[in-house]
Amino acid sequence: MEFLRFATAGSVDDGKSTLIGRLLYDTKSIFQDQMEAIEATSKQMGNEQVNLALLTDGLRAEREQGITIDVAYRYFATPKRKFIIADTPGHTQYTRNMITGASTADLALVLIDARHGVVEQSRRHAFLASLLRIPHLVVCINKMDLVDYDEKAFETVKEEFRNFAMKLDVTDLTFIPMSALHGDNVVDRSENMPWYQGSPLLHHLEQVHISSDRNHVDARFPVQYVIRPQTNEHHDYRGYAGTVAGGVFKPGDEVVVLPSGFTSTVASIDTFNGPVDEAFGPMSVTLRLTDNIDISRGDMICRPNNQPHAGQDLQAMVCWMSDTKPLTPRMKLAIKHTTRTARVMVTDLQYQLDVNTLHRQMAPGSLGLNEIGRVTLRSTQPLFFDEYRRNRNTGSFVLIDEASNDTVAAGMIVGSGV
Amino acid sequence: MTITTYELSHLDQLEAESVHIFREVAAEFERPCLLFSGGKDSIVMLHLAQKAFWPARLPFPLMHVDTGHNFPEVLEYRDRRIEETGARLVVASVQQAIDDGRVAEETGPRASRNRLQTTTLLDAIEEHRFDALFGGARRDEEKARAKERVYSFRDDFGQWDPKNQRPELWNLYNGRLNQGEHIRVFPISNWTELDIWQYIQRENIEIPSVYFAHQRPVFSRDNMWLSESPYVTRSDQEEVATRMVRYRTVGDMSCTGAVESEAQTIEEIIEEVSATRITERGATRADDRVSEAAMEDRKKEGYF
Repeated sequence: MEFLRFATAGSVDDGKSTLIGRLLYDTKSIFQDQMEAIEATSKQMGNEQVNLALLTDGLRAEREQGITIDVAYRYFATPKRKFIIADTPGHTQYTRNMITGASTADLALVLIDARHGVVEQSRRHAFLASLLRIPHLVVCINKMDLVDYDEKAFETVKEEFRNFAMKLDVTDLTFIPMSALHGDNVVDRSENMPWYQGSPLLHHLEQVHISSDRNHVDARFPVQYVIRPQTNEHHDYRGYAGTVAGGVFKPGDEVVVLPSGFTSTVASIDTFNGPVDEAFGPMSVTLRLTDNIDISRGDMICRPNNQPHAGQDLQAMVCWMSDTKPLTPRMKLAIKHTTRTARVMVTDLQYQLDVNTLHRQMAPGSLGLNEIGRVTLRSTQPLFFDEYRRNRNTGSFVLIDEASNDTVAAGMIVGSGV
Repeated sequence: MTITTYELSHLDQLEAESVHIFREVAAEFERPCLLFSGGKDSIVMLHLAQKAFWPARLPFPLMHVDTGHNFPEVLEYRDRRIEETGARLVVASVQQAIDDGRVAEETGPRASRNRLQTTTLLDAIEEHRFDALFGGARRDEEKARAKERVYSFRDDFGQWDPKNQRPELWNLYNGRLNQGEHIRVFPISNWTELDIWQYIQRENIEIPSVYFAHQRPVFSRDNMWLSESPYVTRSDQEEVATRMVRYRTVGDMSCTGAVESEAQTIEEIIEEVSATRITERGATRADDRVSEAAMEDRKKEGYF
């Protein structure tokens, strides 16, 4: 069975919690004691209906304020697939938590209220999903019951969203008319909307093809940990452990190690259960090479005829996540990229992108909390990277403030050079 | 022509993610440690850790926070696994903390050493200067845990601040610390109870006998079957009867309940877990029932 990780964004008003609640409830993933607990809490809080948001808003502060602050993970399964839901907040001030949940998602659900059409929040969510290159975007046009299940209402919102999405880099876009409250097109096909020919949401989630979303072309193996048992039994064993970040590795493959540039051949791909014939992402394996060369954590093993960019200058989009200080040119930060850690300087802040209008404000001078911009960085050591659009593993990084140790930015590499 | 699809099963994906996390911590921290209770989650953790570093031995010790209220079957299992793996075991004893006057034992029929574990754990972290502790918590267990990061930052009092967690993107983990701070690491965050059992079955991992149905003298309290033991004070209404039960979770004997069950094999357990309508913590943990936010409150103080 395969996994699908999907992210939802929105606030209670969009019907996000109702939708998640319904998916969990209809797939029998809510347990009796959980249901009893939220029924009791709902009553205590004076809600007329059972408040399904309580299923995912697990923190005291969230319950008090009735909002989602941080990402919650929920799990459910059908006979076809296992699902991980990253339920993320919709408010601008929690964008960084939304990005946390979205970074590993295969698919994003954007909820739109059929009565209100595309609003600022839906544009922001769609933009962030495309910025993080979530391969599949599903727009749930919700509360169709409140517009009399009218096809025209659906088409109007769909058209409006399409016009906006043309400016985004979205490869797979699906629209589903639904009423999460009444269950129309969530798990079962709606009898109220016979004009809709597509799948209900759950069926779409079960069927959407994701295994080709990963990069299986460019072989990339960031060395994470060197295994040297130094026991009598494995006296000379030297293995390079890590997670395949792209492409496929096989015993006998000729490889090059960066930054040294030494070439060698894959002698074997080891796991606890024995050697394997091939390794692809996201497998965690141990490579042994035929030659004894100096390799350590942070090095990159790849193929001689297909190498990542290697350099100290890179262009990237960053989302700034610090509430204590803004990003400014000349700032120095720690960078974590694949298994390599270095320091970088912000050499240029070219523009800030308005996440609601996609308008570029040139030379903004600084980026504040939850703001997104294009920067040039120079690192103390060469990094081995691909464009984020080509490889999410070798194209992403985080920036860390060395004084507070906080993670202050998420970065997506656009290219190399200054 | 064969078409390779490059698909991994969900268990393979979960395993790969966990192994990645174990290696990342071993590479970046000075003094990691694996919390090991002998429960099914920590057993799977130990198995995953062995896989991560094979053919080398574990590059960190195990630690058991021992409330003194153990199931004898589980202690025996713990010691045998330590022997087999050649790992080093650190025992942090709640009894010792009580004897030293660091904590005071609760009294009355509801007395539990659950809360006392936190002090014992934090003392041990300080004594051994551990900077990263692997724990077997899963996000599907409880709503506060559903919110927690894989790398959960703790300040020098061991506190968790749920409103101010570090953003955690892709598989890039930020483990930077100042002196005295540490992180709790949860490599099996994304596993569910059913995944754990399916993995135990697939990997043929031995587990303590209390997980299988057996005859045990028990009494009913709060809709749970508690084992008769020297660690629990019964009221006159709480009558002991022998029943066929098994444990879904293994913790302190005084607050871990058994469930009625006939499941005597892993297959039967999987069948039972697949069909159950009650969460494992709801069914078996008195400590989570204190209040709506019992887990969040304990975690803020430094609990697992």
